[in-house]
Amino acid sequence: MRYSGFRVIKEALTGHRGWGPAWRDPDPKPDYDYVIIGGGGHGLATAYYLAKEYKQARIAVLEKSWIGGGNVGRNTTIVRSNYLLDGNEPFYEFSLKLWEGLEQDLNYNAMMSQRGIINLMHSDAQRDAYIRRGNAMILNGADAQLLDQKQVLEKYPFLNVKNARFPVMGGLLQARAGTARHDAVAWGYARAADQRGVDIIQNCEVTGFRIEGGKILGVETSRGYIGAKKVGACVAGSSSKVMAYAGMRLPIESHVLQAFVSEGLKPVLPGVITFGAGHFYCSQSDKGGLVFGGNIDGYNSYAQRGNLPMVEDVMEEAIAMFPMLGRARLLRSWGGIMDMSMDGTPIIDKTHIDGLYFNGGWCYGGFKATPASGFVYAHLLATDTPHHTATAFRLDRFHTGHMVDEKGMGNQPNLH
Amino acid sequence: MIINHPLLGPRDSSEFVYLGDACLINRPDWQADDALDQFIEYGHTRDNPAGLHRELWYHEQGDRSWLVVTRNTVTHEITQVELARDVARAEGRSK
Repeated sequence: MRYSGFRVIKEALTGHRGWGPAWRDPDPKPDYDYVIIGGGGHGLATAYYLAKEYKQARIAVLEKSWIGGGNVGRNTTIVRSNYLLDGNEPFYEFSLKLWEGLEQDLNYNAMMSQRGIINLMHSDAQRDAYIRRGNAMILNGADAQLLDQKQVLEKYPFLNVKNARFPVMGGLLQARAGTARHDAVAWGYARAADQRGVDIIQNCEVTGFRIEGGKILGVETSRGYIGAKKVGACVAGSSSKVMAYAGMRLPIESHVLQAFVSEGLKPVLPGVITFGAGHFYCSQSDKGGLVFGGNIDGYNSYAQRGNLPMVEDVMEEAIAMFPMLGRARLLRSWGGIMDMSMDGTPIIDKTHIDGLYFNGGWCYGGFKATPASGFVYAHLLATDTPHHTATAFRLDRFHTGHMVDEKGMGNQPNLH
Repeated sequence: MIINHPLLGPRDSSEFVYLGDACLINRPDWQADDALDQFIEYGHTRDNPAGLHRELWYHEQGDRSWLVVTRNTVTHEITQVELARDVARAEGRSK
């Protein structure tokens, strides 16, 4: 069934009796050509692009609980491609271009809204860094614009630009960036993949790999053994746990990142805005809630909930930036588990086991990367060669010294 | 989280800085034949367990001691706190 305005009107007039489930609920078959582990945004996108772009059939996505219940349903919905390094920027720009056509491609309303992102700058050094970053973005085909204080105030007149410690001197604007409805992205990919014959198998936890002679044969799951020619792990947050079944230790620590939403307010924030003197990012949802977040808590965690010191820290940053929010009440907070890699950059690569592939290490950056991550992972699975935008995301880069350290923090995952 | 410091008693975790897995105490021998591989492993790969995790915390806002904290990464429950110095010496290190 195609979704359209006509369809909505027709269903409204006929009592909404024509809507069916958006995807099937199949039982696992004994074997597949491709098994994707993880029914989050990246796993579902991988299955979709495998079926669509690489014309592969017999694909299954295995999800331990329900699809979209992990980080794709827990992020702050920001979509952007304002990176500096050559290893990163072409990939994220590819992703943003896919976002721009995503809803038509999937026939699903992902509420993609290119409302722009502004990274505020608070010092001369930061202005230099943003000019450099903006130029790197433009060189890679993205858009970037340097704003002075007056231009920032036109969009955000209530900003505390005269803060004595962190005055706002301007900002780096990427106008094509924005937000997308995170759950709808998972559902849209699931529905579109399902329509192309992908089996989405929920409540099916992978409990081990069957490997013989250095080659993958299939996966052991809570719903029995499933054979596969190729297996792609796509389980950021639990990567170390799943890859340990194949005897691998990863350059990854799992950390908890909290996110927050305020009570619904009248429209105040026209776009996404980030605080340059700390780590704070904020946008306003279409329902009116301010959606925001800050740093990870900073210690290894699989708990999917954080602690109060980071809550306090994030609120302090919010108030430093927007003193007018002092009376807004916090509605909810939650946590998700990040794969924090040793250089802050993801890994999309083959493993030393024939037919076993790995996609993870997304740190904070997973949601915006969803379409491109799926696309390039599908490319890798189908062709055994990396996509040209993702050649830097190798698993062995820590051995060869080709780290992609966007933030320049070294091998300290809780600082990326 | 409250870390029960062996010398100072219970202290809030926000007084501490987190480094990572306590395996970082065991710095490889730089003269070993495979020192390069050992240092790559030491610097970059981690067990990253879901469950009990021995990890290094530094009491920066306190007595500046390094601690080895045994904590459950699923529940955040802390079950053991030792001075990193004692742990290192028990493993044969001079300091």
